[in-house]
Parts: sequence; structure tokens; C-alpha cells
Amino acid sequence: MQNLRKHLWRLLANTRTLAYRNLLKTWHNPDQLLDVVVQPVLFMLMFSYLFGGAIAGSVHNYLPTLVPGILMQALLAAATGSGSLINEDLQQGVFQRIKALPISRLAPLLGQLVADSLRLLLAATAAIVTGYLIGWRPAAGFQWVIIVVGLDIFLGWTLSWIFVLYGLLAKRATMVESMSLMTMLILIFLSNAFVPVHTLPPLVRFLVKINPVSYVITASRTMLNHGYWSTSAWVVLLAGIVVLLLFIPLTVFVYNRKD
Amino acid sequence: MNSETAVQVVNLTKKFGDHAAVNEVSFTIKRGEIFALLGPNGAGKTTIIKMLTTLLKPTSGTVRLCGYDVQKEPDRVRALFGLTGQTAAVDEALSARENLLFFARLLGLSTQAARTRAVELLQEFSLEAVADQPLETYSGGMRRRLDLAISLITRPAIIFLDEPTTGLDPRTRQQMWETIRKLVAAGATIILTTQYLEEADALAQQVAIIDHGKLVSLGTPAALKRKVNKRKLLLTVANPTQANAARRLVKAVLKEPVQRTGKQIMASLSDVNDVATVLNQLKNEGIIIANLEIKQASLDDVFFAMTADKTSKEGK
Ligand SMILES: Nc1ncnc2c1ncn2[C@@H]1O[C@H](COP(=O)(O)OP(=O)(O)OP(=O)(O)O)[C@@H](O)[C@H]1O
Ligand SMILES: [Mg+2]
Repeated sequence: MQNLRKHLWRLLANTRTLAYRNLLKTWHNPDQLLDVVVQPVLFMLMFSYLFGGAIAGSVHNYLPTLVPGILMQALLAAATGSGSLINEDLQQGVFQRIKALPISRLAPLLGQLVADSLRLLLAATAAIVTGYLIGWRPAAGFQWVIIVVGLDIFLGWTLSWIFVLYGLLAKRATMVESMSLMTMLILIFLSNAFVPVHTLPPLVRFLVKINPVSYVITASRTMLNHGYWSTSAWVVLLAGIVVLLLFIPLTVFVYNRKD
Repeated sequence: MNSETAVQVVNLTKKFGDHAAVNEVSFTIKRGEIFALLGPNGAGKTTIIKMLTTLLKPTSGTVRLCGYDVQKEPDRVRALFGLTGQTAAVDEALSARENLLFFARLLGLSTQAARTRAVELLQEFSLEAVADQPLETYSGGMRRRLDLAISLITRPAIIFLDEPTTGLDPRTRQQMWETIRKLVAAGATIILTTQYLEEADALAQQVAIIDHGKLVSLGTPAALKRKVNKRKLLLTVANPTQANAARRLVKAVLKEPVQRTGKQIMASLSDVNDVATVLNQLKNEGIIIANLEIKQASLDDVFFAMTADKTSKEGK
């Protein structure tokens, strides 16, 4: 018991230090945040003004459909960044030194992912604020915006662990980037993020229906537009927890096996 | 294993696939000693260091640091040593001070203690002036110093240095040697790897020569030199026509194989007193010499004698 508390305490202290280091790096080199913020803004503007009329009759009518989609897209994009960041870190000699220190084995990954949740928050904020500025108003009120952002960030964070595993297994950072980008594009465009599902051919419709991202977006729309926590929301939360339970041990194992 | 032992390595082996990068290596290092692993590129030095510092799992064999088994109690072991790897292990995105603070905090120092220790180390390694500059602006030598400073944050009892002076200019190398000697004077045990024989000779109490993953020789620099054909006598005759006569004479006196290259004659010398006999006889024969030299075997000779393929030995 005493021992467990000591270990937990050390894990917290180490994670804090490592997360702080990641933030410090971002502080020295803020341009890596640029795409996290710029992308959702750009996508929100382009999609609403280009497709709003065609898909929903007007920009304003499209926004309740679009905002949850762009929000998820922004978070997915930010989550993929974790993979390239960890891969860059591995290429550096400093990784060897950190591994030879008497610190908690979980701390290096957790440190990075705690710092990464800040990037996710930034991406979400950029998406929501842009939506608001071009006229979107959440029908169910702002408390639901906070709940949706919370749920989406949680999911983005769980996906970060998968992208980090990519980052650990891939040989080069460029490879991680292209693989992550591909995964992200498939997940987001083969979902109900931007288009009404009933217009799709049967096979695509099937793929869209089984895509986990569709569940997130359906859940978000229900909350933002109607103000209640649906079954989809439960599915998303549960799926996130399952992914964490699976991928945290796996990723930590792979990380500590690397030399 | 007694308390005087800092490192104990028994039958250490590492295989990458079928290739044994380290093959049944054993040695013991006493506290307060400088121990040098000497070997050419690819000999297996870094692989040994990695296994000693918990970074690589041995295929077989055991390693103990201050009595703790590296594989059974990695956490205990990690608290005992500092490591400066072959490639600089500093965070390129942070300044020198931030690097020191970061690692000090990770090692469990309080914020205040970390600050104090960072300043001490920055002073000690003459990095104060550049402490807050980004690492991109650092020279290779500065980076190495920072790297070493980071490994010394907790004043570890055992310090591993993987090729600490490779790529340093002669003056910086001297400074590094001074630093290493100071650390030992302060009570640390040092394990270093090097490709330079003079470095092992100048610093180490014990030298292990590694080649193709095998320990080919282990001992004090002096004992190693004794193993290899001791001293050499070098004679240069003034007149090339007398060279052959001189060669025969030296061979008769020393009863050792003699080599001649131009005016120069070289032979192993087991008893220095034989030099007098040689000189006397040369004088009697009227052979005039231009120069005489007695060369002590350098670690280079040991190294080449031990690591060279047995087939390429000169025929006697
Ligand atoms: N991860 C690895 N996978 C496969 N082979 C490896 C690995 N690491 C090292 N080796 C091989 O093991 C051998 C020893 O390598 P090591 O790096 O220990 O040599 P070294 O003595 O440190 O050489 P150098 O002086 O060049 O640093 C080499 O043949 C190398 O190719
Ligand atoms: Mg090496």
C-alpha cells in the first residue's frame, strides 16, 4: 500500500515534469500549433460557404450539421499530431536518457499526452468560436457545448494513443504523418460529418454507419440541437474507455521495448 | 560480491538475430576505478554499455551494479548511475538551463534544489554565458559538456561515458580528461569506452579490449603492455652499406627476430643491458650509427597484436 502510493506519487510528479517540458517546447516553437488552430477555421469557412447552399439550402441551415463535424475533424487532426511528435522525440538522443532514468515507466507517454490535451482544447475552441462568428447558435444552450467539447476531446485523446502507437512503430516521422493523414481523412469523410447519410449509395452508407466517428457526430448533434445525452453518447464514452484500456498498456509496452 | 565491487558482469551475451554483438563477456570493476572498454568500430562497446544501463535486455548473462541485478531491480539500478551516451542526449528544443532543470526535476529534486544544482553545473562546465540560448547555437563541445553535466546532476556513484572524447579537439579532450579525473577523485566509479589507446592508457586502471563482441584481453595498461613483446630497440646506421652487417650483429646478440627497413633496424629487447653489448660490438666492427632509440610498447601495439587476425601475423 505504502509502495503503491509512492509509485502513484512519483507517476504524477514525473508526468507533470514531462508535460511541462512538452509545453515549454511548444512555447519555444509555437508554429506547430498553427495548423491545429488554422485548419478548423479554414474548413469551417470553406465548407459552410461552399456547400451550405447545396446541402442544406443555406449557410445558416447547414451550420447545425456542420459544426459538430468540423469539431470532430479538428480534434482528429490534432490527435494525429501526437504520433509525429512522439516519433520526432524518439529520433532524438534524449529519449535514451529519459529511459535510463529512475522514473515511472508510464510517465513519458502520459506526459506527452497530457500536454497534447491542450492542443485538443485549442483545436476545439477554434472550431466552436469560428462557428459562432459565422452565425451558428447551439439550440440547446451553451452548457451542452461544454459537454460536447468535453466528450469530443476525450475521444480525440483516446485516439491520440492509437496515433502514438503508429508513431512508435513507424520508422520515420514523415511516414507517421502520411499514415495519420490518410486514417484521418477516411474516418472523417466516410462519416456523416458533412453530408446527409440518406443521399449515399448503399455500400458507402453501410461504411458510414459503422464508422465510430459517425456515432460521435450523431451524439454531438443530438446534444447540441436537442439537449439530451443519447445512447450514441454512451456508446462513444464506452468505446473511448475500451480503447484506452487496450491501447495504454499496449503503447506503454511498445515504448519501453524500444531501443 | 563484496562492497568494494561497483560493477560485476558475468558471461554477458547479446545476440541480434544470429549475430552475437557481445559474446560471453565477464569483468569486475572496483569502486573508485576508471575502467576502459577499448575496441574498434562495431566491437560491441555501446551494446555492452546499453546492457549495463538497463537500456537493452541481455540475451544471457548477468549484470550487477553495487550488488543490484540490472534485470531484476532496474529501478534501483537506474538511481545509481549517470549515463552519457555516444550521441548527445540533450533536448534540442530547450536551452542548457532548461535541460538541467528538466532532468533535475525528473530525478526528484525540488524546484529550488534543481535551480541551485543547475547553476552549479553551468558554472562547473563553463556554460553560464550561453545557459539561456537555444541549443542550435551550441558547438559540439558545448553540447558534450551539457550532456555530461546532465548525467552528473545527482552525483551518481557510477558514471558511464560512451566515447566521451570522440570528435573533440585536443584541448577540449584534455579538459574532458581532467573532468573525469576529478570525478574519480570525488569518489565516483567510471566506465568509459574509447577507440583511442592513449586515452585508455592515460586514464584507466583497468582496460578491457573488445573485438567482434569478445573480450580479448583484460588488465592494467602496464600488464597489457608486458604481454605484448615488451620493449623494442631501434637502430639507424649512418652508412646504408653497413646495414646488413649491423642486422646480423644485433640478431646474434639479442637472439630475437630482427627487421630491417633501409637504414633502420628493429628488434625486441627483453634485457636493457644487452644494449651495451650491442654498442660495444658495433664499435669493434667499425659500424657507425646515426641514432639509437628504445621504444616502450604502446597500447597500440597491444591492441594490434590482440585484435589483428591471427593469420596476418608476420612470419618469424
Ligand atoms: N539494434 C541492433 N540491431 C542489430 N544489430 C545491432 C544493433 N545494435 C548494434 N548492432 C550490431 O552490434 C555490433 C556492435 O555494435 P556497437 O554499437 O555495440 O559497436 P561499438 O563498439 O559501440 O562501435 P562504435 O565504436 O562504432 O560505436 C555491430 O555489428 C552492430 O551492427
Ligand atoms: Mg559505440
